[in-house]
Amino acid sequence: MTPTLYEPPREAASSVPRPSPLKGSLLTTFGWALAAAVLVWSWQGAEIRPWALVTDGGNMAELAADFFPPDFSDWRFYLEQMVVTLQIAVWGTVLSIVCAVPFGLLSAENVAPWWVRQPVRRLMDALRAINEMVFAMIFVVAVGLGPFAGVLALFVHTTGVLAKLFSEAVEAIDPRPVEGIRATGAHPLEEIVYGVIPQVMPLWISYSLYRFESNVRSATVVGMVGAGGIGVVLWELIRGFYFAQTCAVILVIVATVSLLDIVSARLRKLAI
Amino acid sequence: MKPAIEVERLSKSFGKPTPALDDVSLTVGEGEMVALIGPSGSGKSTLLRHLSGLALGEREWTPGRVRVLGREVQDGGRLASGIRRTRCEIGFIFQQFNLVGRLPVLTNVLAGRLGTMPLWRSLPKAFTAAEKAEALAALARVGIAECAVQRASTLSGGQQQRAAIARALVQGARVILADEPIASLDPRSARTVMDTLAAINRRDGITVVVSLHQVDYARRYCPRTVALRDGRIVFDGPSAELTPALLERIYGAEVQEVLGEAAIEAAPQRLTADLAAFAGAQHVGALEARV
Repeated sequence: MTPTLYEPPREAASSVPRPSPLKGSLLTTFGWALAAAVLVWSWQGAEIRPWALVTDGGNMAELAADFFPPDFSDWRFYLEQMVVTLQIAVWGTVLSIVCAVPFGLLSAENVAPWWVRQPVRRLMDALRAINEMVFAMIFVVAVGLGPFAGVLALFVHTTGVLAKLFSEAVEAIDPRPVEGIRATGAHPLEEIVYGVIPQVMPLWISYSLYRFESNVRSATVVGMVGAGGIGVVLWELIRGFYFAQTCAVILVIVATVSLLDIVSARLRKLAI
Repeated sequence: MKPAIEVERLSKSFGKPTPALDDVSLTVGEGEMVALIGPSGSGKSTLLRHLSGLALGEREWTPGRVRVLGREVQDGGRLASGIRRTRCEIGFIFQQFNLVGRLPVLTNVLAGRLGTMPLWRSLPKAFTAAEKAEALAALARVGIAECAVQRASTLSGGQQQRAAIARALVQGARVILADEPIASLDPRSARTVMDTLAAINRRDGITVVVSLHQVDYARRYCPRTVALRDGRIVFDGPSAELTPALLERIYGAEVQEVLGEAAIEAAPQRLTADLAAFAGAQHVGALEARV
């Protein structure tokens, strides 16, 4: 009797082919190297000069000093323009919701056939790809300077964004209630109103409120190309080197946006 | 007897080598209550979904054809053009109820009217007082009128299934197809739902085809049973003839799955036995009362 007969074959384990640990670490190394290469490449493209912060430190300090104390002497005017900005955001968002509902449904896989879905999706992609600033510049040319150009710019861009978000919500619904409605002999539009919309409503409300928030932020910027609201004021002040007033306007914007974010977050919680 | 449902040579494969439905032909007369039994995967649900045109037969195989109440549902894998009109008269009850959870129960029941309502009234949900009264009456008939204003998702499974039956009643359905209506329910709710279906069949003369996992409910409620195995009809006749011996011959090793009676009857006893082992004998009386 040889006792070694029942010993586990120690050498056998290494003869079984298994993924080499070396291979895994090579892949990881390569991944890190690639990430580093992208960072270096982008550094050059973006002309990053951190030492400028040091060499131009004096300038920056001077500029910062010019901002303080903020000059609120024209606060009535700022608030007035801030309200205009909110009004731009309200209408830009409302119009986009109205259009995003049909476009969102038409770009959802479980609602529209591919020959409707694909063109609608591409159109929405285009609306999303172009920034609201670009649309604002175009609409300023088309309808003239002022808030209406801002409304149109936000409306068009946000339609693309919301349509995408709405269609994703539609694609995630439970198909069974829709089938229940279909089985009663309902029209496809009735299937949507009774089977789909009730399911996506909380998400749609939440997305719309979120887009309203971000549209208030965007509305402050589209003003810079002349599309109305506080952005116009901000742009004029910066170009005129009125930094104390600029600071006041920025503080008004920060306060308004923060307040809206809080209110909207509360509302979104209610919707779900 | 006029035929309510006519199926001719229907086949369906779902792209698998073993067909879900294999050359099925079946006729159900008006006013019948027929059980469709078989183990899971035997084709019960698939057959029922074809009857309402929710699924379509294969185009290349047998020229499958379905007619309900004399109107065409599908022919050769193509949905008939008047399908919505036909569906109005077919009430479909699903295993998972398929109610819209976020809508009130009453609106779910009123949805039975959609097939016959003009869009300008249905899309803004402008139901008339008479329609609402009718929906409430249907809810009262299935015994859940008090739940009318609740969201459907707040109801128990048994209540949801009864709301689904109320929807079929409001629809004015002359045929009710029930796909495993009691598979997700506890025994008491299951009996209530089956009682409701049977009452509708007897009193209103509505044709009912109900698929059931287990044969004891078929024997208790349906005069006629159609048994499926691997997508083929293997028995079609009086439910009383379905003796355990015959079932064993039909289903072989799978017979345990359809011989539900013993399992259902034994479940509460087994539960109390387990509880007794845990909790001590003195509590069992109270537990038994609750079970």
